[in-house]
Amino acid sequence: MAEVRLQGVSKRFGATEAVSGLDLAVADGEFVVLLGPTGAGKTTTLRLVAGLERPDAGRVFIGARDVTDSTPAPRDVSFVFQQYSLYPHLSVFDNLAFPLRSPARRMPAAEVDARVREIAQLLHIEDKLDNRATQLSGGQMQRVAIGRALVRKPTVYLMDEPLSSLDAKLRAEMRIELKRIQRELGATILYVTHDQTEAMTMASRIGVLERGRLVQLGTPREIYEDPVNAYVATRLGSPSINLVPRSLFPGVAAPAATVTIGVRTEHVDIQRSETGPGRVQRVEHLGDQNHLHVSLADADVIVLTNPDDGLRAGERVTLTLTAPLFFGADGARLRH
Amino acid sequence: MAEIRIENLHKSFASFVAVRDSNFTVRNGDFFCLLGPSGCGKTTTLRMIAGLELPTSGRILLGDEDVTFKQASARDIAFVFQLFALYPHMNVRANISYPLRSQGMARDEVRRRVEEAAKTLRITHLLDRPVSGLSSGDRQRVALGRAIVREPLCFLMDEPLGALDAEFRELMCGELRALHDRLGATTVYVTHDQLEAMSMADTIAVMNQGLIEQLGSPREIYDRPASLFVADFIGSPPMNLLPFRGKVGHGDRHVRLNGVAVEVPEIHDNAGEGDLVLGVRPEHVQLTDDGAYRARVVESEYLGTTQIVTLAAADGNGLKARLPADTAVRAGDQVGLAFHAGKLSLFDAQSGRALRTRLHAEAARG
Repeated sequence: MAEVRLQGVSKRFGATEAVSGLDLAVADGEFVVLLGPTGAGKTTTLRLVAGLERPDAGRVFIGARDVTDSTPAPRDVSFVFQQYSLYPHLSVFDNLAFPLRSPARRMPAAEVDARVREIAQLLHIEDKLDNRATQLSGGQMQRVAIGRALVRKPTVYLMDEPLSSLDAKLRAEMRIELKRIQRELGATILYVTHDQTEAMTMASRIGVLERGRLVQLGTPREIYEDPVNAYVATRLGSPSINLVPRSLFPGVAAPAATVTIGVRTEHVDIQRSETGPGRVQRVEHLGDQNHLHVSLADADVIVLTNPDDGLRAGERVTLTLTAPLFFGADGARLRH
Repeated sequence: MAEIRIENLHKSFASFVAVRDSNFTVRNGDFFCLLGPSGCGKTTTLRMIAGLELPTSGRILLGDEDVTFKQASARDIAFVFQLFALYPHMNVRANISYPLRSQGMARDEVRRRVEEAAKTLRITHLLDRPVSGLSSGDRQRVALGRAIVREPLCFLMDEPLGALDAEFRELMCGELRALHDRLGATTVYVTHDQLEAMSMADTIAVMNQGLIEQLGSPREIYDRPASLFVADFIGSPPMNLLPFRGKVGHGDRHVRLNGVAVEVPEIHDNAGEGDLVLGVRPEHVQLTDDGAYRARVVESEYLGTTQIVTLAAADGNGLKARLPADTAVRAGDQVGLAFHAGKLSLFDAQSGRALRTRLHAEAARG
């Protein structure tokens, strides 16, 4: 495994700058997740590392080597795509063995066999090795696709939304599996997703992308608790952070330039009060928690509450903020 | 606006039974979700209500009228599909007004209704724009506009948010519910996403293999799942289901979970010696050093406010706990578990049905 480094990398497609001035270093054995909505430049970044795209500016390093001008093959990366593409006429074993049997590698048959079995065991598909690829469920197919990347020992694994085609339950299982496999192999992974749960639960560090720029890079906890701007604050947290005008909470001591206050749904103390300024519009019972939709002046604030607290639609309440975040006119975070 | 009544509705395709003797009533003004995995019969049920499929047997009443064999076009409903099919060569206004113009409605009335619908959906500023340049959310709003402009008796929606990404889905869920609150129209909504159903519905029907497994409010379904299927389908992560062998009788307040005594809500049911299942929601699991039910921490997943901890119990069961994010847990830790006694469920493994407890009695009393 090796570290991956991008230095001032930019890539333009026609009028669109897909990636601009990107600096990013993924340490050896690290699991970095790039998070952002469609069009943020996530996939382009992966393709730049893989050598499937050439940057307009900047350098790409894998290990100590500058690979900016090299073709994909010598970079020795492994790419897992969103849609699994298996060879339908081959068995699971042969699908997994395929990358190892490439004439360029000349790996002895005994070693191929050992390697395939090791990976199959890691992915819990060792009893499926003789099955045809088409006889598998969607989840098993995606595991084979990931397995085909893992049989090789490349410099780095690049993964582009590999779980997005799976159903919710399987996705939850695969998140844990993938994290375990990464730890056991000590693998370096650069992983792209728009799913905040995947980012939070698997990443050593998350890189938040916005329109081709890396806005913040940090551990999931840093990104969640200490966002650099309002955009980053809205990336993590479900339901997402309330962004309300500063004037809604005149009593809160905020830096002078504050325009917007960011309030995470769990950072509000809500009290019943007949003269309170807020009114409960609707109670969403989500089982383990309730989301209260509270109207306050002309804004709507969502507050996380305990299902047993008994607040009902129509009641008047006061809201006290326990850990507000402050943002200026440009969205940048302001601190006291 | 109208009530929808489904009586003994049955639908077979050759030897495959898609919907089995379904009975339910959608109250006037209700936001009603048909929820279940693919192939459970939810879309077939919706299509029969719409008139896009004819039932093999049974009746469908819309208001007081039997519409079972009426053509789709003669039923006063609006159908919103998963993929927003807009006319690409028309602008937003023309797309929304299309159903009215094709009925031959007077021009002034069409204009009035379109503008009202646009206002409700907050897309007035887009009315004269071509649909081709719109974001997916705005396209979905236009598709909704085309449904609400007809002012139908009820709305039928088949996974209308299925094609949107997670962040947008959350936003549109909120908008759809707010729209429902403004219009008050009876809505039947099909989804396989339990979170969508939980966040929007007044009433949920959980379907499995053509049968309605449970019908109730989101809270009822979450707190008192009627079957193992419902317990496992609702919640993320779902309810922990811990199998054990034993027997229980009326008035019991404890079960023996593989040798460990666990306090449960007072049981109002009997089950002879057999295979039972204890149901524990992840947020009702706590870690305590002295808990007699022992487990090893496998993994912890950080989620901001909370973390999901995967545990391997000494008796071989796997389970998940939802804990505050600041609780320190490390993979490999040996821990004891305690369960929130007042919130537990019990099931008969053979039949898959829930055993009745004090929780059901309390709910019945209200």
